[in-house]
Amino acid sequence: MTTMKKAVLASALAAASASAFADHCGFNEGRVNIVGNEFPAIQTVGAGAVACAHGSATVETNLTKDHQKINLAGMSGNPAEYTSAIVANSSIVALMNEDVIRPLNDLIAEYGQDIPKKQLVTIGGDVMAVAFMANAQHLVYRQDILEQAGLQPPSTYEEMLSGAEKIRQMGILEYPLGGAYKAGWNLAQEFTNMYIGHEGEFYKPGTAEVSVNNAKGVATLEMLKALSEYMNPDFLTHDSNLTSDEWTAGNVAMMNMWGSRTGNLLKPESSDPVVHTNTKVAGPMTVAGGAEPASTLWWDGWTVAKNVSDADAKATFLALKAATTEGVLNADNMGEAVWMIDGYQPEEVNEGVFAAIAAGTTPYPMLPYHGLLHTALGDNIADFLTGKESAEQTLSDIEAAYTAAAKEKGFL
Amino acid sequence: MKHRSFFWFMLPSALAMLVFIAAPIVSVLIQSVYAPHEQVIKVVESCSIFGCTESTTVDQDATSALRDAEPLGRFVGSQIYTDRNHLATEEIAVAWQEAEGFGDFFSKATNLPFYGAMSFTLTYTAVVTPMAIILGFFIALGVNGLPKLLRGPTIFFSLLPMIVTPLVGALILFWMIDSRGVLGVGLQNILGDPTLSLKASTPMMWVTLIVYGIWSSCPFAFVVYYAGLQTVPQDSIESAKLDGASRWQQTWHIVIPHLVPLTTFMALIKIMDNFRVFEPIVSFNAEAHAQSLSSFIYNDLSGETQLLSSAAATSVLTIIGVVILLSPVLVRTWRDYGNQR
Repeated sequence: MTTMKKAVLASALAAASASAFADHCGFNEGRVNIVGNEFPAIQTVGAGAVACAHGSATVETNLTKDHQKINLAGMSGNPAEYTSAIVANSSIVALMNEDVIRPLNDLIAEYGQDIPKKQLVTIGGDVMAVAFMANAQHLVYRQDILEQAGLQPPSTYEEMLSGAEKIRQMGILEYPLGGAYKAGWNLAQEFTNMYIGHEGEFYKPGTAEVSVNNAKGVATLEMLKALSEYMNPDFLTHDSNLTSDEWTAGNVAMMNMWGSRTGNLLKPESSDPVVHTNTKVAGPMTVAGGAEPASTLWWDGWTVAKNVSDADAKATFLALKAATTEGVLNADNMGEAVWMIDGYQPEEVNEGVFAAIAAGTTPYPMLPYHGLLHTALGDNIADFLTGKESAEQTLSDIEAAYTAAAKEKGFL
Repeated sequence: MKHRSFFWFMLPSALAMLVFIAAPIVSVLIQSVYAPHEQVIKVVESCSIFGCTESTTVDQDATSALRDAEPLGRFVGSQIYTDRNHLATEEIAVAWQEAEGFGDFFSKATNLPFYGAMSFTLTYTAVVTPMAIILGFFIALGVNGLPKLLRGPTIFFSLLPMIVTPLVGALILFWMIDSRGVLGVGLQNILGDPTLSLKASTPMMWVTLIVYGIWSSCPFAFVVYYAGLQTVPQDSIESAKLDGASRWQQTWHIVIPHLVPLTTFMALIKIMDNFRVFEPIVSFNAEAHAQSLSSFIYNDLSGETQLLSSAAATSVLTIIGVVILLSPVLVRTWRDYGNQR
């Protein structure tokens, strides 16, 4: 019953795209259950898939920021609870390591010849996911505050720092910078960005042996600390949601933020007019005179679980295919993401991600053991930012924590 | 009770204990001495809209052959227990040799994740357990002294911290102590320090978590003591009054001795509860400043890559910790009941 209600509601919401679903996405039986992150573009895709429910077919979604804590467990059973996980280039690795998602080659041959080739994510010749959007972290700034302080939007982190100092000196804002620095995944991501900006290598070439305890690692940590001194002192508890809240409250003038979350910041209902009309985006910044942007490129895409029946796999494939075609795009959700879907018209808010792609930003590393390093980074960097220990000590802790975990997992 | 009726009486609960407590402990023990197989890595070309790069992936065909041969994984014995992310025997030995004095050794040890989590967990347990019990006792005494009319509402309000779901209660406080929240700004004004942030400093965060722990768990002690107070023999109290004992003397010499068995029981329950402290750390986003054994297990299971063996080893270490902590209380209970017989 709840599924039916959801389906009815979603079809009403997706009225603009109703015509695309006239044939009920091509299936009328099977079970579809999708787990994924909760940002707006994924909500759109989830609603698009739910609108496919027809006949005896059921389509459910579970979109939550805790998706990575439940997707593997929910796909390991046989039959799997989730028939699909919406993943990114980092999180697909955990699912591939445990072999819970299926290659899509046969489904594409049969039902998906019309999916544009650019959307296919292939690993060793197998299509493992169909990407529907690109994402990156990039600069978001308040035009009015920068003008008041006589500043140009920064193109390097050094300019961001000096700009922040000027805004503070002029008494405009005490904490002019924002950032998703919550200890754990978010903080590790900021390190990853900054380390790539310093042209650092995470591993000894050709091995799974970590090597971040070097001058570039120290410079990375020091830059993160310098930035954090211009942030709300509670920064170690701010994930991207709370950082967005700080922004819409008008407390922040510049921040490095996900493209997928900037759409929300521009919505008139999100904040005072002075905040949302002056919220502008620009490309990612560089650091320490490097050419490479201190950011990473991401795709978000959908997968199909391995441990499900062929009927469920077909229904899942068709529902998500329908949810990521031109039919779901309308004026409201066009700016939610840089869609890889045909028929996408870029909006001003998407310029940050386009600039990141144009600047040749590095894609986030898709290595089977990189998740362990991300966790080790997230667990240890806070000790340096709170002044408990030196940069070298923090980096050596990170290496030791990663090495112990990688040995346990059998990578070393 | 006859042995036969005792057996049938106990059977359902013994079965439930076996299935839901003993079996999982055995399973965790087994998991903690096995680790995943050596990964077979192959180099592949991975392509997305951003272009093709040479990358690596786990060779699933080779891995599934390994898994079929040894479904439990590779046997590693105590390797997980002694590695750097748990007991860190090697690192501790090195720290012991190199440390300049005990303080330096202690800071080196607590920099290791397991000992860091242990130091918070033990501090939390050691402070919250007695404080919550003592506070609960005084609330119970206070409520017991109120006129009957006021008791009902007072009991209800005193129980509120326990009624509110821990995650929600902690989340409400998390917002209130924010540097822009009501309590956060209030503290800044009282102390005259506009940059004060409870969430930014480790000692403040520990104090916050401990205060929250006492606040949320003292109603339990209060309810138990309040019930206990109703059973205090009134004859003894009255004769003490006749002898001219002050209220404090009555409490010290009659009420408290009468409530000692209850205190033992509560200490048992609260030590177990507090040793597994988890929700406040999540709700207060306190990961940067405090880890407990439970949050440590949670992190292993919720990271980008799950570490099942590591989580299992920490679970076993937690069980051992609970047993060690409870042993004095258990021994005491054993003696008390032994003497009565």
